[in-house]
Amino acid sequence: MSDIVLYTVISLTLLGILAAVILYFVAQKFKVVEDPRIDAVEEVLPHANCGGCGYPGCRPFAEACVKADSLDDLFCPVGGNEVMAKVAEILGLEAVEAEPRVAVIRCQGSYEHRPRTSRYEGASTCAIEHALYTGDTDCPYGCLGLGDCVAACDFEALFMDEKTGLPYVIDENCVACGACVEACPRDIIELRKRNKRDRKIFVSCINEEKGGVARQYCKVACIGCSKCFQVCPFDAITMGNNLAFIDSDACKLCRKCVVVCPTDSILEINFPPRKEPKEVKPAAAKKAVPPKQEKAAPAVAAAKETVAVKEKEQEKEKKAENIPAEEKASEKDAGGEDEKKKEAGGSSPEEKKGS
Amino acid sequence: MQKLKTFPKGGVHPPEHKLSAGSPIETLPVSGRVAIPVVQHLGAPAEPVVQRGEEVKVGQLLAKGTGFVSANVHAPVSGKVFRIDKKFDASGYKRTSVIIDINGDDWDPEIDRSTTLRKEITASREEIIEKVQAAGIVGMGGATFPTHVKLNVPRGKKADILIINGVECEPFLTADHRLMLERGEELVVGIRILMKALAVTTAVIGIENNKPDAIDHLTKLTADEPGITVQPLKVKYPQGGEKQLIKAITGREVPSGGLPVDVGAVVHNVGTTLAAYEAVQKNKPLIERIVTVTGKSVAKPSNFLVRIGTPISALIDAAGGLPEDTGKVVLGGPMMGKAVSKLDIPVTKGTSGVLIIPDNEAHRAPVEPCIRCAKCVSVCPMGLEPYLLMDLGVYEKFERAQNERVMDCIECGSCSYICPADRPLLDYIRLDKLRVGEMIRKARQAAK
Repeated sequence: MSDIVLYTVISLTLLGILAAVILYFVAQKFKVVEDPRIDAVEEVLPHANCGGCGYPGCRPFAEACVKADSLDDLFCPVGGNEVMAKVAEILGLEAVEAEPRVAVIRCQGSYEHRPRTSRYEGASTCAIEHALYTGDTDCPYGCLGLGDCVAACDFEALFMDEKTGLPYVIDENCVACGACVEACPRDIIELRKRNKRDRKIFVSCINEEKGGVARQYCKVACIGCSKCFQVCPFDAITMGNNLAFIDSDACKLCRKCVVVCPTDSILEINFPPRKEPKEVKPAAAKKAVPPKQEKAAPAVAAAKETVAVKEKEQEKEKKAENIPAEEKASEKDAGGEDEKKKEAGGSSPEEKKGS
Repeated sequence: MQKLKTFPKGGVHPPEHKLSAGSPIETLPVSGRVAIPVVQHLGAPAEPVVQRGEEVKVGQLLAKGTGFVSANVHAPVSGKVFRIDKKFDASGYKRTSVIIDINGDDWDPEIDRSTTLRKEITASREEIIEKVQAAGIVGMGGATFPTHVKLNVPRGKKADILIINGVECEPFLTADHRLMLERGEELVVGIRILMKALAVTTAVIGIENNKPDAIDHLTKLTADEPGITVQPLKVKYPQGGEKQLIKAITGREVPSGGLPVDVGAVVHNVGTTLAAYEAVQKNKPLIERIVTVTGKSVAKPSNFLVRIGTPISALIDAAGGLPEDTGKVVLGGPMMGKAVSKLDIPVTKGTSGVLIIPDNEAHRAPVEPCIRCAKCVSVCPMGLEPYLLMDLGVYEKFERAQNERVMDCIECGSCSYICPADRPLLDYIRLDKLRVGEMIRKARQAAK
């Protein structure tokens, strides 16, 4: 009996030694030499694997960083300058400072501003609706409201507002990875320079039709009148395709363009309220809808986006701004609800009865 | 009873509802202002050749095709060009159109407007193809592929059979049915013309068995025409698909990614054949077509001969107006047609019907999870796996979709029709095809 135990122990030990020797040589033969800096770089990256840098994930980006001679074309939008400085330190290279950016939605075609002319019942993605027709409004440029951008966002920085049918950006979560820009079939979303206190001024429309036609689609469409272009003291505005565009790098946030815009298509977000009342605006009188209501959508956006603001002073201002915003939102609710009910359902463009 | 021919794989048989089968073709006049889109075909867009304010006659060239796979567009009405602008058309977007204010009905003197049958074919093979190209003829079954391209058999390939598509497998539509009954004599001359252009000696007219009067009529007409026969077919959708029809009649299978001419067959729709007759024998370009206006609540389901550009609202008015309970207006048949969001869009070369669906039938049921019943797989006439292709679309695995041969899909909609969970299978397959098409084009450009 004890012999069996002895032989077993001996034979297993020998087998073990033999296997160890074989494995040692195999390991030598197939040894993978990897730059230890790759691991070090990967360690400091945010591990979001969002693809915002243009690489499939954080590890391939780390490999690319280690391989590269300079960090000129390599930037992690999630980590920003802080992380890139750490990466540069590990690799002994010079970090390139990049301006932090943030996504903005360049469409204000809410239920209120843009009449719905048909009903879409198809598969619930913007990509399919875009391939079929202009969408439930006549605007061939505007937001389709099915949330492909929200689905693409890995950082919970976008949400779909059911009251307006438009997506909104939560500034503090947005890392400007560009996933939403890629997902939007209509190219509505743009990455713009992130200003102090997340203040933004931009033309919130990409409709390239002539003014008259654009206004038929949407009350707050840019009509390409170039009033903002004329008033801009910093040459930050360019005109093209019946559309104004504000260069976020050149814009100094003076807000002169916002005042002159006759269609309210230029948005100012996260600014303190103006000293003079809005009614002074010459164009405001022309509008059918009272200016208070018309501003409701941007105000909601402002309320949602101001969450990020930390300064106490700013907080006070926000509170002042927030209250009327919510009131406005609830006011608008009554009007928006019917529209929304019509929307429910979901595929092919459908003729409204009797049209 | 002898077993009828059909294609073997897949297919469905939706209720036929051929409500307008008994209504003779009526000519519908058009007045006012019409918009003629310059893109009414597959391929490169045509370039407008008329100016604002120019007077045009019926049959005058409005837009010239650019490149080989493209088609001319002619003035279907006479009058003054109001302007060239973007107008909503069946694509759901605004596209360049020539807008004409109608004034009288002044035809180009070159066009023979008499109704006498010209049987004798004097044009040579090249002349026929040239005339068909000049007349801007495209496939009138709905695909709108330029006909002259199909008549030009590529070098090294040879066609030996011409198949005339009189199947009309879409429910509701009867335009081709009425055409076969009322314009049969001209149709037979048209077949002779296409046979001459393709240098084939055999032609088969495929007609589904639910049109016995058309089968009888054409059998009588072709009794003493050597080489032309009528083939009755079992009723099954999508038998009107080119590949399905070739398989049903000849038993040959078009290879994946290949063309019908690879197996020696060329298929033309009866409408196209009639247009070829008019172009070659009467010098008449493609300026009008037969359109079925139908639907369960439509007061007077009809077949109209209308000029291209006629707004569909005029057609609906002529058929008794838009019914109270309208839920959806579809251009084409219920299976492959496309719902429209406007009624002032023009009839184009590919508009085979206007179908008005009542509200209680117009909506989609809520989407349920896939129950893995594989009904979509068994009805797919191309032998694809629609449930898989849909998932690949949802998860954006377009390369895999390409390997699963999504580009073979003919978009017949049998899968979406049969799905008990009401999944939007074809919606996502179309997305697959769109993205895979982009990938293929990109790869081709990169290769250059």
